[in-house]
Amino acid sequence: MQNRRSFIKALVLSASIAAIGAPVHAADTIKVGVLHSLSGTMAISETALKNTALLAIEEINASGGVLGKQLEAVVVDPASDWPLFAEKARQLVSQDKVAVVFGCWTSVSRKSVNPVFKELNGLLFYPVQYEGEELEKNVFYTGAAPNQQAIPAVEYLMSEEGGGAKRFVLLGTDYVYPRTTNKILRAFLKSKGVKDEDILETYTPFGHSDYQTIIADIKKFASTGRKTTVISTINGDSNVPFYKELGNAGLKATDVPVVAFSVGEEELRGVDTKPLVGHLAAWNYFESLKNAENTAFIAKYRAWAKANGVPNADTVVTNDPMEATYVGIHMWKQAVEKAGSTDTDKVIAALSGQTFKAPSGFTLTMDKTNHHLHKPVFIGEVRADGQFDVVWQTKQPIRAQPWSPYIAGNEGKQGL
Amino acid sequence: MNPFSFRRCWSWLCLFVMLSGLPLSVSAALAPERVSGFAGDFSSRLAAIEALGADGGADAHRVLDALENGMLGVIDGQVVIVEGDAIRDAASGEAAEGDVAAVTVITVNNRIRRALISARATLALAADDVATRLAAAHTLGESPAAEQMPLLEQALAREKNDNVRAVLMRAIARINLASPDAALRRQAAEDLGSASDPVVRNLLAALLEKRDGDWVEPDAEVRAAAVRSMTSIERRITAAQAMGTVFSGLSLGSILLLAALGLAITYGVMGVINMAHGELLMIGAYATFVVQGVFREHFPQWVDGYVIAAIPVAFLVAALAGVVMERLVLRHLYGRPLESLLATWGLSLVLIQGARVTFGPQNLELSNPSWMTGGIELAAGVVLPFNRIVIIGFAAFVLLLVWLMMQKTRLGMFVRAVTQNRPMAGCVGVPTARVDTLAFAIGSGVAGLGGLALSQVANVGPAMGQGYIVDTFMVVVLGGVGQLAGAVWAALGLGIVSKFLEGWAGAVIAKILVLVFIIIFIQKRPQGLFALKGRFADD
Repeated sequence: MQNRRSFIKALVLSASIAAIGAPVHAADTIKVGVLHSLSGTMAISETALKNTALLAIEEINASGGVLGKQLEAVVVDPASDWPLFAEKARQLVSQDKVAVVFGCWTSVSRKSVNPVFKELNGLLFYPVQYEGEELEKNVFYTGAAPNQQAIPAVEYLMSEEGGGAKRFVLLGTDYVYPRTTNKILRAFLKSKGVKDEDILETYTPFGHSDYQTIIADIKKFASTGRKTTVISTINGDSNVPFYKELGNAGLKATDVPVVAFSVGEEELRGVDTKPLVGHLAAWNYFESLKNAENTAFIAKYRAWAKANGVPNADTVVTNDPMEATYVGIHMWKQAVEKAGSTDTDKVIAALSGQTFKAPSGFTLTMDKTNHHLHKPVFIGEVRADGQFDVVWQTKQPIRAQPWSPYIAGNEGKQGL
Repeated sequence: MNPFSFRRCWSWLCLFVMLSGLPLSVSAALAPERVSGFAGDFSSRLAAIEALGADGGADAHRVLDALENGMLGVIDGQVVIVEGDAIRDAASGEAAEGDVAAVTVITVNNRIRRALISARATLALAADDVATRLAAAHTLGESPAAEQMPLLEQALAREKNDNVRAVLMRAIARINLASPDAALRRQAAEDLGSASDPVVRNLLAALLEKRDGDWVEPDAEVRAAAVRSMTSIERRITAAQAMGTVFSGLSLGSILLLAALGLAITYGVMGVINMAHGELLMIGAYATFVVQGVFREHFPQWVDGYVIAAIPVAFLVAALAGVVMERLVLRHLYGRPLESLLATWGLSLVLIQGARVTFGPQNLELSNPSWMTGGIELAAGVVLPFNRIVIIGFAAFVLLLVWLMMQKTRLGMFVRAVTQNRPMAGCVGVPTARVDTLAFAIGSGVAGLGGLALSQVANVGPAMGQGYIVDTFMVVVLGGVGQLAGAVWAALGLGIVSKFLEGWAGAVIAKILVLVFIIIFIQKRPQGLFALKGRFADD
């Protein structure tokens, strides 16, 4: 008796709480998760992505929200700790009931949240260039696949215009993205007739700060007199000591150019770039691109940074993963409006074929089958002011190949 | 003809030109076809740059400068220089018609920049200043092309300075190495013996290979000369590279020493393992950042001196933080090592979070002052960067100060007494409580100086100390508790050993090997390299 009464009490109580609490939230807001490291070794890169996500959400809310509802950002800090990414992702999807999550930078963090999104049927937008070799139903990749960044960059370096490189140093941080990218690049270089003795592959731990030996090795490797180039997949704040050492050791871009796949305007803010002029980066967007969308994007971000008290707000910059985050949020909004619901499966179906006029100056399309964007490729050289001069670019956006044709066993794998 | 009379001839010539009433326009000397190549494709641009370098003069400089600064462009097939809102014809230097917005600016990439450097060096070979000529000869000598032969020979013929001559001769020898004349090749192989460049070594080594059973170099005498030159180059390279490795080891060691010296003092005196020591480094680095900000704001003309001004600031701020820590927390936990350990660990988290809240989670940008950028080239591509040289010197300076303090002052004597036997020191009248505070302040201040040094080579962020706490413990434990000499030997030893291991096994394996070595060492010799000797009431 006692039991039944308390059970009914509880039932009534919870129903009334639901009746009071639920309509307020359900009617007014759609929750959106932001999962980026705001501390630790990756904070240098990921903090700006959180800012961009908040900017885009604010912008969408100002223009009337999605399906008549305002978006509500839920920001969590996984602190550059990969298992913590999975915990926080689970919290966002099952506890906060977010409709979508924008997050992750390193591939190791993406790999650790993938099973969570699969299990809970959540939706993740991943905004950073990566190594490919995966395709998840619950993930949309708005960054570049290797054929949209790494391969064109190496092709450029091997061309006459790019300096005709013959020997390659593959230098990276020791985790899945650099290892896989270098595996693809090694296979690609071999297909171009580069021999094994002309490739030096070397790795450093996360947060490594003493690059003296590595630089000495690169110099030794370059001393054969044949054109040498360094392909850097160093991630996070190790880039600052690496570039500092590079500048001080007098390794100039005209002798041994370094092309980086994870270094953009944001990472170079902590570095004196005068000795680095001419080193390269390959991306799908640069802040220095001149077009109306980009001018507006930069102005919006600067204004947002100032209004929200971002430290050093007068020197903020925009970069490729920020653009990818921005494009991703807007495409998600368009898809939700097309589907008329935030239901994961309906949104996934509605996303294919979405287009958006991006700050890169091109209209980007979400591929119909492979969850990747068709993106243009730009190769830029570092300027003395920390920005990039575009020295080469594709005429139009190219389709992503998440399964690299240079890795055996990938034939026939294309879409989901 | 000596330079003096050459110059006098020039002035006569100029005078004659002026007198004859011809217009002497400084900027109208380039024939239009000299710059028309810039309107063509990539390789015609390269050719145009090279041609301008070979026989340009002052007007070539104008065009090359414009190209380098991204001011050279093409409009309707005409090569022009863009200056703000106006455009000028590149060949004549006179104002040209056209809309600035319609000009396609020529992109400068590394390939073009390399051609520019070489063109400028070619022009600079005729400069009056010896240093300019020497630098130019070095640049050209790095990768001389056969087409540059006549140019180099002309330069050599009129060159008086021995250093420049030697560099030019080696550049010519490198080209002659491929000459069909065996005597020339032998002479070239001999001349190259004075080089210390690994590239030259590899060039000579290529001659000594066999391809399809035949020597690449058919002449035996040339091969013998090549072997002799190679041995002497190799000797220099090996020496330079060994010095380079020792230097990087010393540099890493000096950084470890600066980070660990403060801990050696506090751990020695109080037996307290200060888990917040890394955060004292962080405080020193942040103090440096603040000083840099003040200089940039108020004394931009002396901004290069901010590092010097930061020395007392970093010391005092970190020392103050140390005093506060000691007075408020550690004082109450004496004789309870485990609780002290936990309390200091908590303090470290508080300090990290405090920095994060005040300065933001991002790493801070600290630029090396200009006198700390660049480096000295030893030989063979081994460069000793100035910032690392300065830090080695700074570590020696701090070590000297600490040693003087410990050995020559009354406070140092008290600190040593308390380290050896606290109750006995107290009995003979040493104010142990005050000595503790002062020792902790000095240890913390030295950590602040370590943070200042770190800010010049590594990242400055809220969690920067966490990366060093393990390394500093290794140094202190390896050296022996409370021993300055032990800390010095342990820091330098660890630095040099890790650098040699890195060169041999890579950064990841080297770190593992060092840790394994320390585990074994501590098991065999728990008291460290240098143990305190004598009778102690503490033990």
